Amino acid sequence: MKPHTLSILVENKAGVLSRVTGLFSRRGFNIESLAVGPCEEPGMSRITIVVIGDDAQVEQVMKQLNKLIDIIKVSDLTGNERVERELALIKVTAEIGTSRAEIMQIASIFRASIVDVGAKTLILQVIGDSDKIDALEKLLRQYGIKEFVRTGTVGILRGSKTVTSGK
Amino acid sequence: MKTGAKILVESLQREGTEIIFGYPGGVVLPIYDELYDSSLRHILVRHEQAAAHAADGYARASGRVGVCLATSGPGACNLVTGIATAYMDSVPIVALTGQVPTNLLGNDAFQESDITGITMPVTKHNYLVKKAEDVSRVIKEAFYIAGTGRPGPVLVDIPKDVSTTSVKDVPVPEKVQLRGYNPTYSGHKRQIEKALQLIMAAERPVIYAGGGVILSNASAELIRIATELGIPVTTTLMGLGCIPCDHPLNLGMLGMHGTEYANFAITECDVLFAIGVRFDDRVTGKTETFAPHAKIIHIDIDPAEIGKNKRVDVPIVGDTKTVLTDMLTCMKKKGVHDAWIKKIKHWKQHHPLKCPDDGCLHPQYIIRQMSELLKGDAVIVSEVGQNQMWAAQHFCFRHPRTWITSGGLGTMGYGLPAAMGAHFARPDVPVFDVAGDGSIQMNIQEFGTIAQYNIPVKVAILNNRYLGMVRQWQELFYDRRYSYTELPSVEFVKIANAYGIEGIKVESPDEVMPALKAAVECDGPFVLDFRVEREENVFPMVPAGAAINEMIGGHPR
Repeated sequence: MKPHTLSILVENKAGVLSRVTGLFSRRGFNIESLAVGPCEEPGMSRITIVVIGDDAQVEQVMKQLNKLIDIIKVSDLTGNERVERELALIKVTAEIGTSRAEIMQIASIFRASIVDVGAKTLILQVIGDSDKIDALEKLLRQYGIKEFVRTGTVGILRGSKTVTSGK
Repeated sequence: MKTGAKILVESLQREGTEIIFGYPGGVVLPIYDELYDSSLRHILVRHEQAAAHAADGYARASGRVGVCLATSGPGACNLVTGIATAYMDSVPIVALTGQVPTNLLGNDAFQESDITGITMPVTKHNYLVKKAEDVSRVIKEAFYIAGTGRPGPVLVDIPKDVSTTSVKDVPVPEKVQLRGYNPTYSGHKRQIEKALQLIMAAERPVIYAGGGVILSNASAELIRIATELGIPVTTTLMGLGCIPCDHPLNLGMLGMHGTEYANFAITECDVLFAIGVRFDDRVTGKTETFAPHAKIIHIDIDPAEIGKNKRVDVPIVGDTKTVLTDMLTCMKKKGVHDAWIKKIKHWKQHHPLKCPDDGCLHPQYIIRQMSELLKGDAVIVSEVGQNQMWAAQHFCFRHPRTWITSGGLGTMGYGLPAAMGAHFARPDVPVFDVAGDGSIQMNIQEFGTIAQYNIPVKVAILNNRYLGMVRQWQELFYDRRYSYTELPSVEFVKIANAYGIEGIKVESPDEVMPALKAAVECDGPFVLDFRVEREENVFPMVPAGAAINEMIGGHPR
């Protein structure tokens, strides 16, 4: 059981996302994270899904996904050289005169940027793989995280290999 | 200029639709108005579920795409069981539903239901048509998707304003182009050779053939392969008819209520050649002990079925007929497995299916009499439960598409409406619905439909005043605690008569054949109420989760 990052090229049509997520839930697969948006090919979108399962389970979910008419291509990026990134926004309690400096120091180590400064809070924006974001969240917890939002992982293969419709 | 409804009817005709099973309602009024002067035949059912089953029965008996039509909301929802039934058994139907006008969508309007959302898990694909201009393309795609690759149901939801809006005639695309849908028909050449090598080297090979053989019209190729390579064939419930029951290589059905010899053969085989099957739990029993000594070859058009439940040694993705044809071309010499065939013959002799002969009216006897009378030249449709298993075990099927049953979903109430549909596909042969008194009462309102259109379906009710299969499980596994499985006596002939249908009540074995003959000789529908032994069980039986050679109710080994 390990996380697999699936890159799914789909028709940009109403209901596609619910076809994909519905398939995961009814076949008993848990979606760890999901990100979706339009992509380089007109009329298509790309969904990145991180799913946890053994190889046979993931193979089955990919085959089932491939059967959906609106899905053009499914690739498992896991095991390939790839770049995976996620963006998170973290609103931390940081009243003036308290731990603000410390938080800003942690932010700079993680190359996170401060995107909002309030009287009682700071908002950090951090980009990285899931582990990096988890690590930052863990460190900031002691100061009080008021709100934490993350985009879900997006992934892309390194080098000239691509996940495209092949047309 | 044409309305969406007119475009719809023309599109259906362009796809070769001859008959629609449906039920009108508010938002499909424009479509029904178009049907009023159309040459398309429409059969008015008594409940939308029956429309879906009838389209399904028509599709299974003919190999063509069946069509049903219902209104929005409750009408559409009533189709769902029928659509799910077709989905589980890979049956090509197009289900058309009306929808509230687009400006009311999502407003909880009168008779609104999100039928595309509801049917997403039980359709191969579905559409909500938002513009009249899209109707012709969507219908073309719907038929294409339903009927190609692994077939399945497609639902098309049409809002009322899409039906009424007039638009300029839209040119119909000549070919369907779907970049996300390209079924594989030809099997990989190397894999086919590998499979042949494995079979040629085998000492105890068995073919395990299923519904995929029927769907791809590959019976002739299957029989040729089996004969030339000398391999015995066992079929699933869905595969019955793909090889004649009395063919020397036929082992009958395998699995939970399969023949003992089929299950023995599976357990002892060294190569299992699986064709158009999906290793369903009712077939395999405990998967670890299913064909435990065998290398497995699996042909299926759906890659997701290969390796889903059981590890496969030689996977071949492709259409059964195409792959078997290629295999026959590659075949260099015939196969001989005399010792194995001899062993199987011995099993067949010593472990036949049992048919009690004690002067009482037993359901197995009725099916055997039916088989003797009809000689395979009939379409046998069944309901679900004991009636279904007795029909599967004791009727001698000789041709593909003559056995129609809800295998995957196990839908009680399927038989009568599916038999209506099957009649329109095969008006040349008698169509029987083998029923139980439980199942028939799930869609008994369709007596109204068969009476109205004089559809000559013969309903043979094996009436034991129990929900027999559940009662059997209660007897065997729940200490005979018959919790809510006993039914009161019903005079089915009287119900039939009330609809204007003839019928006979049968209470002894000697009345069976004359009653069956009377049913066949009657021009219209006919109801046979067989008062059978109440606590008869379907044997042999593999208890749930056991290995398939651990059968109860068989012969001592």
